[in-house]
Amino acid sequence: MMVREVVVTGVGAVTPLGVGARTLHERWTSGASGITGGEAPCAEFDPLDTLTRKEARRADRFTQLAVAAAAEAVADAGWDGELPYAPDRVGCIIGTGIGGLGTFESNHEELLGRGPGAVSPLSVPLMMGNAGAGTLAMRHGLLGPCFGVVSACAAGANAIGAAARTIQAGDADAVLTGGSEAVLTPLARASFAALDAVSRTGESRPFDARRDGFVMGEGAGALVLEEAQAAQARGARILGWVRGYGATCDAHHLTAPDPRGAGAARAILAALADAGIEAGDLVYVNAHGTSTPLNDRSETLALKTALGDDAYAVPVSSTKSAIGHLLGAAGAVEAIATLLALRDRVAPPTLGWAEEDEGLDLDYVPDSARPLALADGERVLGLSNSFGFGGHNAALVLETV
Amino acid sequence: MSTTVTAERVEQVVYQALESFGADPSEFSREATFEQLDVDSLDLAELSQIAEEEFGVPLKGDDVKGIRTVGDAIDLIVSRA
Repeated sequence: MMVREVVVTGVGAVTPLGVGARTLHERWTSGASGITGGEAPCAEFDPLDTLTRKEARRADRFTQLAVAAAAEAVADAGWDGELPYAPDRVGCIIGTGIGGLGTFESNHEELLGRGPGAVSPLSVPLMMGNAGAGTLAMRHGLLGPCFGVVSACAAGANAIGAAARTIQAGDADAVLTGGSEAVLTPLARASFAALDAVSRTGESRPFDARRDGFVMGEGAGALVLEEAQAAQARGARILGWVRGYGATCDAHHLTAPDPRGAGAARAILAALADAGIEAGDLVYVNAHGTSTPLNDRSETLALKTALGDDAYAVPVSSTKSAIGHLLGAAGAVEAIATLLALRDRVAPPTLGWAEEDEGLDLDYVPDSARPLALADGERVLGLSNSFGFGGHNAALVLETV
Repeated sequence: MSTTVTAERVEQVVYQALESFGADPSEFSREATFEQLDVDSLDLAELSQIAEEEFGVPLKGDDVKGIRTVGDAIDLIVSRA
């Protein structure tokens, strides 16, 4: 059977660095940070730029962010209000870590304070984790496979992987995919703080010896994936390819990663095998790099296990150094950041990295962005890692021309 | 409670509710249909809740099926209050 290739034809993002995928790429590459006061909100995002008042109140903030990111991605793909495929051949797969937590919290407060009669009928449809996928499908008239993906901080990457597989299997010719999260809420703040997962200093400095936890962020990333031949036939501009996907589970602990990074290494190896490439073919690695003591150590070990000596030669940087941890959106936003970095032949920096930690001795791209070293005619292949509470590991191999 | 419920008061509350749902106030009238105002079943569920809270009138299931216009909703609430 002919292998169906998957291309990326459009990207969109709303992040703490601003509205727009290219805004994220340019600002991160220039060394800007979206972290302020120990958190990373999407301060420049106004839902009413994309949604009517009625649409906005029918959507939790995580869905609002997804709608804005998807609008950009769909326009970027040149879909311009009209689908290039039969609607039932276009799917929608959107990841989230938690879903509409803000909606949950405000309605629970009403329930306790004023009783069941005060709970909005919109509470469940807004908080459900698949609300992003359902809302986007409705908005763009997508009648193919449609569902949410829930795997904590790996959700965005698992969604892209599931979308690529959906196209490869022939269940759809195109899928609008990505991830979204908006949990800068009292409950999530308190819970992550109680877990001692968030940084007390409010600094996101992945792989640095002083790292003390992640910085909570919010945002959304969306990608339009299409079957390559169909995309070429319609004359689409090809941004890149989803070449490989690997997904595994640690089955080790509810929150802590396998300390040796074995599950993560298996995911990376699976993605490389799926792409049919060797470790040495990678020219850039976009790390999960949360800035937690545990993740950055186990991820470094996983990269060494999976890539061998090549791990020391490839630049490894973390988008979270600039925008904090976007949780269920992280994998999607970072896949986009990876693609745009590869396209511009640049490794954006791991901001705030200054002190080496014992054993964390890869090239984390400190200080400032650096041009990618490419041999003549070398393929431009990158790896994007995402890991989540629950032991989820997802790795994507992406390529640009 | 029912002694204080006037049609004017109900109209005011219904209009406020419709506006909060995102409907365009310039289109409000007793004759306007919910379809014209893009008010759907989820909005009517919220309107039922508001009617119950403001006037103690629960509107459930079959109650809202029969109403098509803003005037229908106002009359139903007034008649129950």
